[in-house]
Amino acid sequence: MKFRTPLYPPVLVLIALLLQGCDYALLSPQGPVGEQIRKTLLITAGAMLLVVIPTLFMIVYFARRYSSKHADVEKTYAPDWDHSGKIEAIAWGVPIVIIAVLATITYIATHELDPRRRLSETQPMVIDVVSMNWKWLFLYPDEKVATVNELAIPVDQPIEFHITSDSTMNSFFIPRLGSQIYAMSGMENRLNLMATSAGVYQGMSANYSGFGFAGMKFKVHALSRNDYREWVANVRSAGVPLTDAVFSALQKDSRFHPVTYYSEADPGLYGKIIHKFTGVTRND
Amino acid sequence: MTEPLEFAEHPTFLFGRLSWHSIPWHEPIVMSVTAVIFLTAFALVALITYKKAWTSLWHDWFSSVDHKKIGIMYILLAIVMLVRGFSDALMLTSQQAASVSGAFGNGYLPPEHFDQVFTAHGVIMIFFVATPLMIGLANLIMPLQIGARDVAYPFLNLVSFWFAAAGAILVNLSLFIGKFAATGWLAYTPLSGLHYSPGVGVDYWIWALQISGIGTTLTAVNFIATIIKMRAPGMTLMKMPVFTWTIFCNSFLAMLIFPILTATIAMLTMDRYFDMHFFTGGDGGNQMMWVNLIWAWGHPEVYLLVLPAFGMISEVVATFSRKRLFGYSSLVYATVAIMVLSYLVWLHHFFTMGAGASVNAFFGIMTMIIAIPTGVKLYNWIFTMYRGKIVFSAAMWWVMSFLLTFIVGGMTGVMLSIPSNDYVLHNSVFLVAHFHNTIIGGAVYGYFAGLTYWYPKISGYKLDEKLGKIACSLWFVGFFLAWFPKYLTGLNGMTRRLFMVTDKQMAPYLYLSFLGALVILCGIIVMLYNFYYSHRHRFDANLIDESGDPWNGRTLEWATSSPPAFYNFAAIPKVADRDAFQALKIQNQAFRRKESYPRIHMPRNAWEGPVMGIASLIMGFALVWHIWWLALFGFIGIVVSWMRRSFSSDKDYYVETEEVARIEGIHHDRIDSAMTKASFATRPLLSPAGKSV
Repeated sequence: MKFRTPLYPPVLVLIALLLQGCDYALLSPQGPVGEQIRKTLLITAGAMLLVVIPTLFMIVYFARRYSSKHADVEKTYAPDWDHSGKIEAIAWGVPIVIIAVLATITYIATHELDPRRRLSETQPMVIDVVSMNWKWLFLYPDEKVATVNELAIPVDQPIEFHITSDSTMNSFFIPRLGSQIYAMSGMENRLNLMATSAGVYQGMSANYSGFGFAGMKFKVHALSRNDYREWVANVRSAGVPLTDAVFSALQKDSRFHPVTYYSEADPGLYGKIIHKFTGVTRND
Repeated sequence: MTEPLEFAEHPTFLFGRLSWHSIPWHEPIVMSVTAVIFLTAFALVALITYKKAWTSLWHDWFSSVDHKKIGIMYILLAIVMLVRGFSDALMLTSQQAASVSGAFGNGYLPPEHFDQVFTAHGVIMIFFVATPLMIGLANLIMPLQIGARDVAYPFLNLVSFWFAAAGAILVNLSLFIGKFAATGWLAYTPLSGLHYSPGVGVDYWIWALQISGIGTTLTAVNFIATIIKMRAPGMTLMKMPVFTWTIFCNSFLAMLIFPILTATIAMLTMDRYFDMHFFTGGDGGNQMMWVNLIWAWGHPEVYLLVLPAFGMISEVVATFSRKRLFGYSSLVYATVAIMVLSYLVWLHHFFTMGAGASVNAFFGIMTMIIAIPTGVKLYNWIFTMYRGKIVFSAAMWWVMSFLLTFIVGGMTGVMLSIPSNDYVLHNSVFLVAHFHNTIIGGAVYGYFAGLTYWYPKISGYKLDEKLGKIACSLWFVGFFLAWFPKYLTGLNGMTRRLFMVTDKQMAPYLYLSFLGALVILCGIIVMLYNFYYSHRHRFDANLIDESGDPWNGRTLEWATSSPPAFYNFAAIPKVADRDAFQALKIQNQAFRRKESYPRIHMPRNAWEGPVMGIASLIMGFALVWHIWWLALFGFIGIVVSWMRRSFSSDKDYYVETEEVARIEGIHHDRIDSAMTKASFATRPLLSPAGKSV
C-alpha cells in the first residue's frame, strides 16, 4: 500500500533515538518513589501495547486486503454487512478488560504513591520548600539554615518536603527521585521522597509561573551522612543570616537567581509565609 | 534598562489606558509583522474596491444568513488563524532549538515574547482554528444531512459567527496594540491576577474568549434546536447520520460547559476590574477554584473538538469502503457515553494539586473508562473497512493517518490517566506531545478528512487528489518527527514552556522536532496551494462535480447540487434508511426530475449580524483599555442591532415555484450531462445504484 511508505522515516528516527537515550531520567530513577512509578509506567505502557500493536497491524492488514485494488476484493465484498454480535462483543469486551486491569493497578498505585504517604515508620527529615518569583527557597528547620536554588539531602534518609509558595503557583519536581507536587500560596503540600544513591540531580519548577520560570532550576545533592554534615557546616560558615530585611530583598522578582546560602534562618518563617495569604489581611 | 509600560498608569477619559507606548515601536520583529499585515490588508481593500466587490461581499457573504455561507466564512477564519497559530508554533520550536544550540546567545526570543507566543498559540489553535473549523463544517453539512433548509435560527447563526470573528480579531490586535497574555492558554491564577499580570494581556485574553465563547454557546443552542426540530420526515434519531449525532452531542456539551467558562472568566474580570478576590492568594480567594472551574470547562472542550472529528471519520470511512457503517448503534452509544463521561474527568489535569489518593484514583479511573467507548469507535471504523472495497482517495488517506496516529495518542492518554504516572509526566513535554497527538492526530486529521470529503459539496469541484495526498504525507511524517522526540524528552524530565533549554542532551531531539515542524509547514503550504490549484482547474473533468454526488455518498447532503441551491432542497426528501441517499439510489429515485415544486419560505439577509460583530469588537477593545464611553457605545450598538432585527417585520420572503423550477432545471441538466461522461461512471462507487459492479 502506498500509505505505508511515509511510515519508515519516523520509525527509523524513533529507533535511533531510543537506542541513544538509555538513561532517561524517568526510566532510571534514584529513589524508591521514582522506581515504583517507573514500574507502573512500564506496566501500563506494556498493557496498552498489547492492544495497540495488534490493532495497528489490523488497520494496515485490512487496508491492504480490502483495498479496491486487491485481487480478491470481490470475493469478500459485503456492502450491506454492518453488524456482528461477536465482533461488537469483542470491541466492547477487550477495552473493558484492559481498563479493568489498569483501573485496579491505578487504585493500588495511587494509594501507595500518595505524595503524603511516609516512606518509613521512622520520623522523616523535614525540609520546607518555598517557591518565589523566580527561585526556590529551602529551609532546613532542624539545622536552622536556608539555601536558594540548591538542595542537599542525605542518602537513604526519607525526606518530607513541606511545600508552599510565596507568589504564583509552581510545581516542585525532581525527575530522578519521583513525584512532583504544586506549590501554592496560602497552602501547604507534602511530598515524601528519598534518594538511594549519592549524586547530583536536576530539580525544577514544572509549572509555568511567569517570565523567570525557566530559571527556577536547582541542583539536588544527594550526599552521604558525613558529606551532608559537611555541606551544612559549609552553608553555616559561607552564608549570611536570613533576616527580615534579607528576606524582603529576596522577595523581589529575580531571574536565574544564583545559589545562595543563609547561615541562620528562623524556622517560623515558613509558617509566616503561608499565613500571610490566609484570612483577610490587606489593609490598603 | 526597563521598557516603558504598554499601558498608561493614569488613564484618561478619552483614551483610557491607551498611550503612545501601547504600540511596540521598539520591537523590530513585531513592527515588521505589523507592517506586513497592514500592507496585506491595504492591498486586499484596494483589490476589493478596484473590483467593485464591496456590495456583493456585503450582500452575499457578510450579512448572509445562509448556513453554507456562514460555514465557509468560519472555515476561512480557521485557515487564516491556522497560519497565525502555526507561525507561533514555528517560533516556539525554533527558539527552543536555537537556545539549546547556543545560537544568537539564548535564541532570539526573550521570555516576555516567548511566553506570549505559547499563550497565543494555545488560544488561537483551540478557539480560533479548531473550533471554527469544526463549527464551519457542522454548519455546512449538518443541515444538509438532516434534509433541512437552514439551521433553526439563521440570524443567531450569523451573530455567532461575527462574535467568533470579533474574538479572533481582538487576539490579533494585541499583536500591535499592547500585549497578549503571557500566562499559558488557561491563564492560571494567581499569575493571571492583577498583582502578577498588571498589563492588558490578560484583558485581551478575557474579552477575546468571552465574546467568542458567547458565540459558541449560541451556536450550540442553534444546532440542538435544528437537530431536534428540523429533521426530514422519517429520520428518527437512530436514522441520523453519525456526523449529525456527534454534532448533537457536541452541542449539548457546549451548551452545558460554555456557561462555566463565561462565569469563570466573569469572576476573573471582577478580580481584575473591581479588585475582588475570587482567585487571589489572600482575602479569602482561592486559586484552586480557578483551576477546577477552568478545567470543568476545559476538559469537555477537548471532547467538543474531537467528537465531530469522529463523526467525519465515520462518514468518510463508510463512503470510501463502499459499505454501510459497521456498528452504527455502538457508535452512537459510544458518542453519548463519551459526552457524559467527559464531564467527570476534569481533575486529571491537576492530580499534582494535592488531592487525596481516593479522589485522584476516582478521576484516574473515570478518565481511563473514556478509553472504552473510544476504543469501540476505533474498532467500528476498522470493521467498516473489513469486507469493504476501499478506495484510497485523499480523504481516506487522512482517515488512515488518523487511525495510525490517534491510537498512539490514546495509548499515552491512558498512561497519563494513572495519577502516579502523572506525578512525573505532568507538565512535561510528554504531556504536551500527548495532547498534540490527540488534537492533531484526532481532531485535525478528522477535520481535514471531512474538509477534503465535503469540499466539492462546498465549492462544486474536488480538491486535487495528488496534492491532497502529498499534503497528508507531509503532515503525517512531520507530525511524528515533531512529536516523537518530545515524548522522549518528556521521559527525560524536560518540562514545558521553557524559553531556554540549557541541557545539551536534549539538543538532537529539539532539532528533530523543529525539522518536523518545518515538514508540517510544507504540508500546510501544499494544502493552501491545493486550494488555489484546484480553483484554477475547477472545470477540469477530474475535478468538476456536476452531479452533486462526486464520491457516491450515502447521506442526504449528496442529494443536493454542488454547491447546493440557497434553499438546499427543492422538495424535502423522505427518509426510510440510515443511508438515506444510498437507499434512494438503490430504488433509482435519486436523480429524478420533479413535475412541480412548492414555493419556499426563506429568511432575509441581516446587516445587523456584522454590525453586532463590529460593535462587540469595539466593546471588547474598549474594555481592554478601560475606555468606558466607547465600551458603552459598543454595548448599545449590540443591543440596538439585536432589537432592530427582533422587531423587524421584514425578515423573510418566498421563493416562487418558477424560480425553484428554473434552478432545479439547471441542476438536473448538469446531472444529465455528468451521467454521460466517463468520469461519472468511474466515481469511487461504480454504479449510481450502489450495487457492486
